[in-house]
Amino acid sequence: MLTACATFVLLIAGALVTSNDAGLSVPDWPTSFGSLYKIPQLVGGVKFEHTHRMVAQFVGILTIIMAVWTWRSDRRRWIRYLALGALCTVIAQGILGGLTVLFYLPPAISSAHAALAQTFFCIAVAIAVFTGRRWLEKIPAAEIDSRRPSLTTLGLLSICVLYIQLIAGAMFRHHGLSWWPHVLNAPIVAIVLTWTAIRALLHYAQIEAIRRPAVIMLSLLIAQLCLGFVAFMTRVAWGHDAVQPELPMVISTVAHVAVGALLLATTVVFSIQVRRHVPGSAAKPLRTEDRATVAARAPVSS
Amino acid sequence: MNRKTWGAICMLCLLGLGLTVGCSTKENTNEEQGTSPTSKVPATQTSTPIDPSTVATVSGTVTFGGAAPKPTKIDMSQDAACKGNNMAETVVASDGKLANVFVYVKDGLGDRTFDVPKDSTTIDQKNCQYHPHVLGVMTGQNIEIRNDDDTTHNIHPTPKDNREWNESQPPKAAALEKSFAREEIMLPVKCNQHPWMKMYVNVVKTPFFAITGADGKYEIKGLPPGDYTLAFVHEKLGEQDQKITLAAKDSKTVDQGFKAQ
Repeated sequence: MLTACATFVLLIAGALVTSNDAGLSVPDWPTSFGSLYKIPQLVGGVKFEHTHRMVAQFVGILTIIMAVWTWRSDRRRWIRYLALGALCTVIAQGILGGLTVLFYLPPAISSAHAALAQTFFCIAVAIAVFTGRRWLEKIPAAEIDSRRPSLTTLGLLSICVLYIQLIAGAMFRHHGLSWWPHVLNAPIVAIVLTWTAIRALLHYAQIEAIRRPAVIMLSLLIAQLCLGFVAFMTRVAWGHDAVQPELPMVISTVAHVAVGALLLATTVVFSIQVRRHVPGSAAKPLRTEDRATVAARAPVSS
Repeated sequence: MNRKTWGAICMLCLLGLGLTVGCSTKENTNEEQGTSPTSKVPATQTSTPIDPSTVATVSGTVTFGGAAPKPTKIDMSQDAACKGNNMAETVVASDGKLANVFVYVKDGLGDRTFDVPKDSTTIDQKNCQYHPHVLGVMTGQNIEIRNDDDTTHNIHPTPKDNREWNESQPPKAAALEKSFAREEIMLPVKCNQHPWMKMYVNVVKTPFFAITGADGKYEIKGLPPGDYTLAFVHEKLGEQDQKITLAAKDSKTVDQGFKAQ
């Protein structure tokens, strides 16, 4: 949970770097102005870029601790590999961050850095869910879903459209794409997510683990659409001729990135819970004896 | 080998990859920096002589039609060391005269070549703004970049045809010596530490260029007689061209007008 929270802070720090056009204010990497440990004077763009680097280092350390801890203490093999995957992702993310500085912010690398950041955030949130008390102690509801498309499919579709939206948004922010693919995909995202959340609320509202992320998904979606509109106005409509990044643009775009990350992570959590509590008709529901042993399969500690 | 060993090897490989890319990029940058000065006009290339007794002069005024845009104020509060004139220089128009227009002979000089001036031209970072806002240089000409502020700047040209670089310059540091190898008009230069700091470098192969002052005036001297295309380029208002014919010893006035977009 701590890693997930720190990653959210890191996402905001990264978004501040992009919105303030400060990505190259520290021109070297992995050093900062030639030093690995000295903190430079935090003025101008350096304030954003170096803070981002420091938070990133902190998240890197937390991820190492989390991976080692999970590997040593959790009996579930798949979660050990997930923790290892998180560690590999954070290393790859650091390298991408370095490459984007060394190659002067090429849109492809910068966008990959932005997309992988949210991927890592989702992994960290997923690990927090998998190691949380509710996951370990609560017995899955194992409701049957015979509707088509299944809720599992809708959840995965929601993640897909959100991911496309994330990449289109990142490409726009990093000057690799025009704004219109991101704006054009927004109604698709809204329709798919609303469909998914409404379906979940209509049929599985009694399962708290599904109801809660579905409600949060809808709330975040509304907030995100509003923020997207404000970000578009402050950046594209009013701010395209601005001589410097203006505060309304910075606030709205950073908030749009942050809420977007929360929305993606919530959708991932929703899909995980759907997979657990409402397996599709093709999937075999848990037998009574399996349910009884769920708690027994839990790790030694989390 | 067990899983732990494989895991350790994978992590070391990833780390190694990161370091290799980092180091190799730095090496490439150094190599390019090393070759940069040699991109000046080769010693074997000779300039085409121009008869000084026949040269002509073209001068004029660049005007701005319509209401001049209100100068935008820059917020320099994020760095206490940044003080002074905090007005943006995107469109500087006063009394209908337009400053910071780069005027140059775009076409008509044929395959003539010209010596690169031995004197450096200067970009000064003062009060967290670039001076001048628009600069003209010849390909390969040395540019001396100074930092007169009590804060660190980073100089970051973002060219289309030249090599991109990004270097920081602390207060009182030695001047940076740079040049651009290829022709490029309105090459943006910015400081990522102070995002309002922007300027434009115009790199041409001939010495026949000028930049309009606050009075909108320009003058280009020493042109051999001939037919030319004169280009007027503004960072925001774009480019406008004029065809002109210069006779020997001519002194021609060529005015140009831009309109608000």
